[in-house]
Amino acid sequence: MTTDTLENTEHHDEHHDQPTGIKRWLFTTNHKDIGTLYLWFSFIMLLIGGALAMVIRAELFQPGLQIVEPDFFNQLTTTHGLIMVFGAIMPAFTGFANWMIPMMIGAPDMALPRMNNWSFWILPFAFGILLSSFFMESGAPNFGWTFYAPLSTTYSNGSTAFFVFAVHIMGISSIMGAINVIVTIMNMRAPGMTYMKMPLFVWTFFITAYLLIAVMPVLAGVVTMLLTDTYFGTSFFDAAGGGDPVMFQHIFWFFGHPEVYIMILPAFGIVSTIIPAFARKKLFGYSSMVYATASIALLSFIVWAHHMFTTGMPLFGELFFMYCTMLIAVPTGVKVFNWVATMWKGSLSFEIPMLFSIAFVILFTIGGFSGLMLALTPVDFQYHDTYFVVAHFHYVLVTGSLFSIFAGTYYWLPKWTGHMYNQSLAHWHFWCSVISVNLLFFPMHFLGLAGMPRRIPDYALQFADFNKWVSIGGFAFGLSQLIFLAVVIKCIKGGEKAADKPWDGAQGLEWTVASPAPYHTFSTPPAIKDE
Amino acid sequence: MTTKEYESYYVPSQSHWPIVGAVALFLIAVGAGNYVSDMNSEDGGYGGYILLAGIALVLYMIYGWFSDVITESLAGKYSHQMDNSFKQGMSWFIFSEVMFFAAFFGALLYLRVFSVPWLGGEGNNAETAAVLWPDFTAAWPLLKTPDGTETTAMGWYGLPLINTVLLLTSSITAHFAHTSLIKNNRSQLKVWLGITILLGIAFMYFQVEEYAHGYSEEMRLYLTSGVYGNSFYLLTGFHGMHVTLGCIMLIVMFFRVLKGHFTAENHFAFKAASWYWHFVDVVWVMLFVFVYII
Repeated sequence: MTTDTLENTEHHDEHHDQPTGIKRWLFTTNHKDIGTLYLWFSFIMLLIGGALAMVIRAELFQPGLQIVEPDFFNQLTTTHGLIMVFGAIMPAFTGFANWMIPMMIGAPDMALPRMNNWSFWILPFAFGILLSSFFMESGAPNFGWTFYAPLSTTYSNGSTAFFVFAVHIMGISSIMGAINVIVTIMNMRAPGMTYMKMPLFVWTFFITAYLLIAVMPVLAGVVTMLLTDTYFGTSFFDAAGGGDPVMFQHIFWFFGHPEVYIMILPAFGIVSTIIPAFARKKLFGYSSMVYATASIALLSFIVWAHHMFTTGMPLFGELFFMYCTMLIAVPTGVKVFNWVATMWKGSLSFEIPMLFSIAFVILFTIGGFSGLMLALTPVDFQYHDTYFVVAHFHYVLVTGSLFSIFAGTYYWLPKWTGHMYNQSLAHWHFWCSVISVNLLFFPMHFLGLAGMPRRIPDYALQFADFNKWVSIGGFAFGLSQLIFLAVVIKCIKGGEKAADKPWDGAQGLEWTVASPAPYHTFSTPPAIKDE
Repeated sequence: MTTKEYESYYVPSQSHWPIVGAVALFLIAVGAGNYVSDMNSEDGGYGGYILLAGIALVLYMIYGWFSDVITESLAGKYSHQMDNSFKQGMSWFIFSEVMFFAAFFGALLYLRVFSVPWLGGEGNNAETAAVLWPDFTAAWPLLKTPDGTETTAMGWYGLPLINTVLLLTSSITAHFAHTSLIKNNRSQLKVWLGITILLGIAFMYFQVEEYAHGYSEEMRLYLTSGVYGNSFYLLTGFHGMHVTLGCIMLIVMFFRVLKGHFTAENHFAFKAASWYWHFVDVVWVMLFVFVYII
C-alpha cells in the first residue's frame, strides 16, 4: 500500500506540552513513551534472565557440583524461564506494538491510553515480587517455569504464594494490553485502511492479542487452583482427593501452547515487514500470510497435549495431538516459503535488520524442524525432557523471537531516535550473536539425542565436551548483547541524522512522518491510497 | 490530501491513576502473598493489612479514574468512536472473564469424565486402581474420595433453584431498565434498576445461606471435601464474587441515574454494567446445569 507523504507531522505538536522528568514516564498516556518503557523493561529483564543463564552455564561448564547447590540451580532455571518468557520476549513485542501499531494504521494513539499506561506499570511490580523471592528464606520458585503439580503444590517451597499472585497481576497486565491492541486495530484504523491493507505486523499482533485474551485467564485459573491446592486444602491435582496431577498439565498447556505462539507470531510480522523492504519487492503472498497466521493461531488451541506424550494419555489422545501438531507445519511452511519467495530475484541488500531477518528465517526453520521431530509421539518418548527439547525451544525463542526483536529494533531505531545506529558496532553485534548462539544451542541437540536430561545441575562424564562448548557459546552470546546495549545507547545519544525514510524499500505509514517520530502523530487520519 | 471532517479522538493528557492502580495491585499481590504464606503460622503476619490497604487503594483509584472519565464524558469530549472503543473494550473484557470460568469448567469436566473414573479403574487403569485404591468406587458427585474423606452432595432444588429464578428474573428486569432508559422513562428506569439490585442482593444472601448449610454438621460439604467440594466452592465462589462486582456496578449506576446522568443515546457505563450482569447470569445457568443438576 502506498500513501501520501503528509505534512501532518508538525501541526499536532501543540496538542499537549510534552512533559519532562520522571512524571513524563510515570503518568504518560503516550503510546510512544509507553512503547519505550516496555522495550527498556524487556531489555533489563533480558539482561537479568541472561545473567541467571550465565550462572547455569557456569555450573554446567564441567561435570560435578561447583558453584551452586542443586536446589538453587532449580531456582535459577525456573526464574530464567519465567523472566525470559513473561519479562523479556512478551513485553518486547508489546513495546513494538505500542510504538508501531498506531503509526502503522494511522491512529492518533492507542484506543485506551490510560489503561495502556496501567498495563505497563504493573509489570515492574510483578517482576519485582518474583525476583524478590530470591531473597526470601525459602528462596525463589524451584519447580520449573511450567510449575507442574505436585512440584508446585506438595513439594513447593514457601514462596509459591508470591509466585501465584505475581502471575495474577502479570496476567491482568497482558489482558489489558491485548484488549487495547484489539480495540485500537478494530476501531482506530485510518479511513481506507481496510483489514487486508494492514501491515503484516499489525495483523500478527492482532491475532496474538486474541490468543492473549483467550489464554491468560486460563493461566490465572490454573495458578488459582495451584494456590488452593497448596494452601487451602483442595485436591484438584491430588489423586487422594479425586484429582489428577496430569490435569494440571492439561490446563497449563492449554494456556502454554498458544503462549508459545504469542511469542512467535509478532516475530513473523516483524520479519515479514523487513524482508520486503530490503528485497525491494512486495511481500510474496500477503493474504496467504494472514491466513497462515490465523490458522496457526487456531491450531494452537488443539495441540497442547503434545507436551505431555509421556504422561500415559489414551492412545487416541496421543494420535490426535500428534496429527494436529504436524498440521501446524503446513501454515508455518507457507510462511517460510513466502519469505524465501519474497527474496527470490529481489534487489537484496544486507543491512543489519535484513541480516537478522535472514538469520531468523534459517535458524527459526531449524527450530521448526526439531519441533516437528518432537511432535512425533513415539520419537518424543525418547526426546522428552532432554536437552533436545531445550535446543528446540531456544532455537525458536532466541534465534526466532529474540532475533526478530533485534531485527525490528535496528529497523525502527532511526524512526524512534532520529539517528542511524553505528554500522560497524551493529555488524559486530550481529556476527558475534549469530556465531555464538549456534555454538550455544546447536550442540544441545546432540546432548539431548544422547540422553542428557534437562534441568539437572550435574551430568554424566560423556556429556562433558559438548557442555564445555555450549557454556563458552553461552558466555559469548551473553557478552555480545552488551554490544547491542552500546549500539542502542549510542544511537539515542547521537549519530548520523536519519532521513524520514532511511530504507529506500520500506513501506508503510510510519515512514511518512519525521524521524524521530513527533510526540503525536496522525491526530488527523492520513489518506490511504490504493495501489 | 483533502481534509474531510473527522471527529477528533480524545487522547487524555497525563494521568496519575494508572500508577496508583499499579501500586495498588502490587500491595494486593504482596499482601495476599504474605497473608496466604503466614495463614497457618501463630502470629498470622501482617499480610492482611497490606492486602486491605491495596484493596482500599484500588477502590480509590477506580473512583478517581472513573470520575475523570465521567467528567470528560459530560464535558462532551468523547466522540462516537470513543464510545465504540469503550464498548469493544468491555466486550473483550467479558470474553476474558468467560475464559477464566472456562478454565474451571474445563477442570470440572476433566475431573468428572477422566480423573475420577480412571481412579476407579476405567480405561487401562484397573490394576493401578486395585493396588492403590482398592476400596474406591468412582461416582459423581464424588461423595467418598480415594483417601476416604466423606461428604454429601448439594441438591439443585431448594436454594439453588430459588437463586436461579432470582438471577434469571434480574436479567429480565435489567433489560427492562435498559429499555426504559432508551425510552427516556427515568422513573421506570429507577424502579427496574432498583428491583434488579434487590434481586442481586437476595441472590447473594441465599448463596451465603447455602454455604452455611454446606458447612453445617448435617452436610459436611467443605472446600477440602475432595474434588466435588473443591469444584463446587471454587466455581460458585468465583461466580459469587462476580455477582458482587456486578451488583456494585449496578448500585453505582443507580446513584448515577439519581444524579441525572445518562441519556437515551449516551449511556455506555450503564450498558457495560448491564452486559456484565447478563454475563454473570449466563455463567450461573451453566453452573446450575453442570454443578447442580447433571
